[in-house]
Amino acid sequence: MAEAHDYKAIGTSPVRPDGVDKVTGRANFGADLNLPNMLHGKVLRSPHAHARIRSVDVSRALEMDGVYAAISGADFPSGAEGDIQGEGGGTVSDLAQNIVARDKALYHGHPVAAVAAKTPYIAERALDLIEVDYEVLPPVLDVDEAMADGATLINENLHTNGDTSQPASNVAGITKFERGDVDEAFAEADLIVEGEYRTPTAHQGYIEPHACTATYSEEGKATIWCCTQGHFDVRSLTASVLGVSVGDLKVIPSEIGGGFGGKTVIYLEPLAVKLSEVSGRPVKMVMSREEVFRATGPTSATHSRVKVGAKKDGTITAASAWIAYEAGAFPGAPVGPGCMAIFAPYDLPNFRVEGFDVLVNKPKVAAYRAPGAPQAMYAMESAVDDLARELDMDPIDLRLMNAADEGTQAPYGPTFPPIGIRDCLQAAKAHPNYTTPKGEGVGRGIAAGFWFNIGMQSSAEVRLSEDGTVTVVEGNPDIGGTRASMCLMAAETLGVPYETVRAHVGDTESTGFCNVTGGSRTTFATGMAVVQACEDIIAQCKQRAAATWDIDADQVDWTDGEAVPQPGVNVDVQPLSLADIAGNAGRTGGPILGRASLNAQGAGASFSVNMADVTVDRETGKVDVVNFTAIQDAGTAIHRAYVEGQMQGGAVQGLGWALNEEYVYDANGEMENAGFLDYRVPVTSDMPMIDTHIVEVPNPSHPYGVRGVGETPIVAPLSVAANAVRDALGFRIPDLPLSPPNVLAAIDDREGA
Amino acid sequence: MAKVVFPDHLLSHTGGTREIAVEAKNFRALVRAVDSRWPGIEAVLMKTAVAIDGQIYQDAWLEPVGADSEVFFMHRIEGG
Repeated sequence: MAEAHDYKAIGTSPVRPDGVDKVTGRANFGADLNLPNMLHGKVLRSPHAHARIRSVDVSRALEMDGVYAAISGADFPSGAEGDIQGEGGGTVSDLAQNIVARDKALYHGHPVAAVAAKTPYIAERALDLIEVDYEVLPPVLDVDEAMADGATLINENLHTNGDTSQPASNVAGITKFERGDVDEAFAEADLIVEGEYRTPTAHQGYIEPHACTATYSEEGKATIWCCTQGHFDVRSLTASVLGVSVGDLKVIPSEIGGGFGGKTVIYLEPLAVKLSEVSGRPVKMVMSREEVFRATGPTSATHSRVKVGAKKDGTITAASAWIAYEAGAFPGAPVGPGCMAIFAPYDLPNFRVEGFDVLVNKPKVAAYRAPGAPQAMYAMESAVDDLARELDMDPIDLRLMNAADEGTQAPYGPTFPPIGIRDCLQAAKAHPNYTTPKGEGVGRGIAAGFWFNIGMQSSAEVRLSEDGTVTVVEGNPDIGGTRASMCLMAAETLGVPYETVRAHVGDTESTGFCNVTGGSRTTFATGMAVVQACEDIIAQCKQRAAATWDIDADQVDWTDGEAVPQPGVNVDVQPLSLADIAGNAGRTGGPILGRASLNAQGAGASFSVNMADVTVDRETGKVDVVNFTAIQDAGTAIHRAYVEGQMQGGAVQGLGWALNEEYVYDANGEMENAGFLDYRVPVTSDMPMIDTHIVEVPNPSHPYGVRGVGETPIVAPLSVAANAVRDALGFRIPDLPLSPPNVLAAIDDREGA
Repeated sequence: MAKVVFPDHLLSHTGGTREIAVEAKNFRALVRAVDSRWPGIEAVLMKTAVAIDGQIYQDAWLEPVGADSEVFFMHRIEGG
């Protein structure tokens, strides 16, 4: 692998290819498509958080002028089979019932029926004519209630870990990891800290609501336009729910206004296809913000207990954790990754972690950046912070003393290859924002973060135009600037200027299969495919040059975007550039097309260390972030500005989760703050400039050392904020969010007000 | 023989056995060998991720397994 200083394109920060269209409004997002004779679809949602559905009657809605279709769960095939991949898992059957309820409504906002009408207004009025007979049941609204003896069962056929010898339960699964003799190691500890923590239900908060348009043809084939993180997954999931072949569906991705994991699943697509099939017209469906909050995947609320034991010198002897995750209405909380991530930054000889996947009457959770890790690591990093205080140790020194390293056996099993946690900690300790004394009344917090990152399947084609310009075609929707990253890797590999490379996101029929844009995998895995496709181009160009020069292909080198004879080859020729070879392609064998498909292995774990200074207004409870520093191992930063952008965006989302965001439910399970006015995500004026420091410990499994950077940034900010507030107040508030009313209540409680 | 380690959530399929030694030339053969000991576990193992000598595979199949390899089954990871 080349050293970083050898790169010409990689590590620069050119303007993104899709930037102008996005800032001028030309880019087409999910709701922007309009087709002739198009109808508008709307969803009837359950007004109850938990209810048995006795009947659904859509006949009166169908009688309304302007209504062309009305459907309910009865219009979809039953008995859908198969599993959904991913950290939460789950089944296609559950997915189908989440898209439209059958026997039970399992959360307030659960779809029960849908209509397609000439206008959105008519469709909404038609919803009022659908008659649903509910038997209202008591809702179960948090993990403690759901796990209590005698709790109302959300699914009477659910048994923990599928063990039907045990009574039905709201606990879908229990995950455990254990190493060493934990009890003895705690007994050997000089000091033990314990904590109990809670994190709230929080939403991914993407700006663009879910939207799609579908048209069903007389031949039984459908085309779907939608905003998604993965159109191949939309195709397979929609096909499973509808009981059709993937070959009967074509999915065209629009630009996407944020996803953060929440657009790796489907909600509207099967409804739109079915409505189009019934009506014979194209159907567009666009969620309101309220629908996004009430019915699309938030992330799990959690309740956890953590215990850490250490020697007086700071050596951690043992740690244990108990973590319960809300899954929402169907099994599949990201509890497994949470349990695997919680102790990842540390080299622990003795630990035990136990995680619970718990049903509650809330929307089924969906992935959210580093799914499961922020909640679990919030608990551990808070406990480590308390341990440092008890030991009177610098929190970075304590983490350095116990940090994992290359060769450390990760808590989840394998041995770490080269990793960057120590580099991040050392960078933090030397950073001016840490060495500068904190101001009067300022609290300072620090914490570590981690995410595994993944590879999975990707495809890419690289096409040469006759003037030597290059087109990269791949199948990952561009969320965080991946077009630019693909172009940079192609330019670097081919040895041509970035400006001569274009990137195109193909639909399911115009490019090879790609898994979702998620898991911090796109720059790693699809980037690897692009590099291999470029290497295919180079091999072909060398053959064309060799044929032109009447020498063997293995006598040709590729240097700085040109074919040149190898040193010592006795031939009197001028180098042939990519443009020269492309211009003569018709005479030397035809168009030149490089391609690669792979299942990328060797994704490199990415560690981070974040720190912040905050102030707390003791009269209002408001927390202000004075500064925030994000330090992260990117492996190699392909596009530096976008790596920094990922770090900054993740930091802001994590701070929003820590300081303000939460679903507020009433006693009946209805969300009371389903809008951005009341569910308050941070805005620019809330935040300081997020300082970034990119650590680069190259991943040996990627040709340019990429690790993936999209998820780790959200992990540490929760505990950074909590540790900083702890430092400012002099006592810990263990339950997030640290919003003004919660902080004020904690202060009042502490001071006996 | 390769060391094969099962996490807690798979122990119900192995009768509580956490670690075994298996001789196999690749992951596919390893899974078949495990399935011959605990019939039916193959379907479960094919839904998990695996780490072979520190390298995590989401969909392993033909990956080589050496005599000294360490094989850890683990939860699948996708991410957001």
